[in-house]
Amino acid sequence: MISKWTGKIALAVVISALSAAIFLTQALGQATSLPSSHLINPEELVKVLQATKGEKPLMFQVGSYVLYAQAHIPGSDYVGPVTSELGLQQLRRRVESLPRTKFIVLYCGCCPWSHCPNVKPADDALRAMGFTNVKVLYLANNFGADWVEKGYPVAKGQ
Amino acid sequence: MASRRRILIGAGLLFVAVGVYVGFRGRIVTGPTAKQHSVAPDFSLPQLNGQSLQLSTYRGKVVLLDFWATWCTPCREEIPHLVELQNKYHDQGLQIIGVSMDDSPDPVREFYQRFQMNYPVVMGNAEIGELYGGVLGLPIAFVIGRDGRISVKHIGAADVSVLEQDIKALL
Repeated sequence: MISKWTGKIALAVVISALSAAIFLTQALGQATSLPSSHLINPEELVKVLQATKGEKPLMFQVGSYVLYAQAHIPGSDYVGPVTSELGLQQLRRRVESLPRTKFIVLYCGCCPWSHCPNVKPADDALRAMGFTNVKVLYLANNFGADWVEKGYPVAKGQ
Repeated sequence: MASRRRILIGAGLLFVAVGVYVGFRGRIVTGPTAKQHSVAPDFSLPQLNGQSLQLSTYRGKVVLLDFWATWCTPCREEIPHLVELQNKYHDQGLQIIGVSMDDSPDPVREFYQRFQMNYPVVMGNAEIGELYGGVLGLPIAFVIGRDGRISVKHIGAADVSVLEQDIKALL
């Protein structure tokens, strides 16, 4: 027979376990569920962009225009934020006529990777359209810390 | 038997405490901070109601200038705490100003109402971002003293207790 104290303690343990589970679920965010095969590191992307040979990717910033206007990867276009249906539609319209093997890189850098709401919806949208050569730029902290402050190529404005 | 019960109760309370701590404290990701002492660049930007807000009119108050956006999860988690700080220290001279880096004011108005924000929010742009050293990730918060000088810069979601200490030190 379970005493009332044992029951209460068990309930306390369950509550604390649930709290931890809720934290972990929320803290992971969507971007963290992207498999590593979908990702490209900043160093790797810089090498691709600076290489004399090989296909250069079409690049899309899928986050904030205000952040894009301050600094973005040269040659990248802004099509975000894809958390909105309008942003997703803009992304789909931009790529719909492209061959599905086109090398595309998506990036955001609005906030820490574990909290980015933009990159996974964009990645999902392109893969659902049949694109097979899509990479998402992994920015652990934000675009400023992981790209600009590393001295990688930057452009400003529209 | 009584001591065994006390041990079990203590263990249970410890589990609860850890769970609550992880569940709430752990959501706030503490990023690197940077202290600066330059005069905060003045600006005039439109609020959600269309009226302009000029930073320099708040000289003499302690200002927390918070760059955020409605789609930024750490920002959304931080804002209820900022609302609490504004309530708590308003009479002592704290003024929080939000600078939304959203692309349009529509989602910001809806967010403002839903979260019952109690401080002015202006619509930011690339120019103010560059004025403040580049706002290339969110949230970023500047704590500005009564003399208009930047006291502290928090990059990333700041521990609210640290923010409160920064504010109290200037009030």
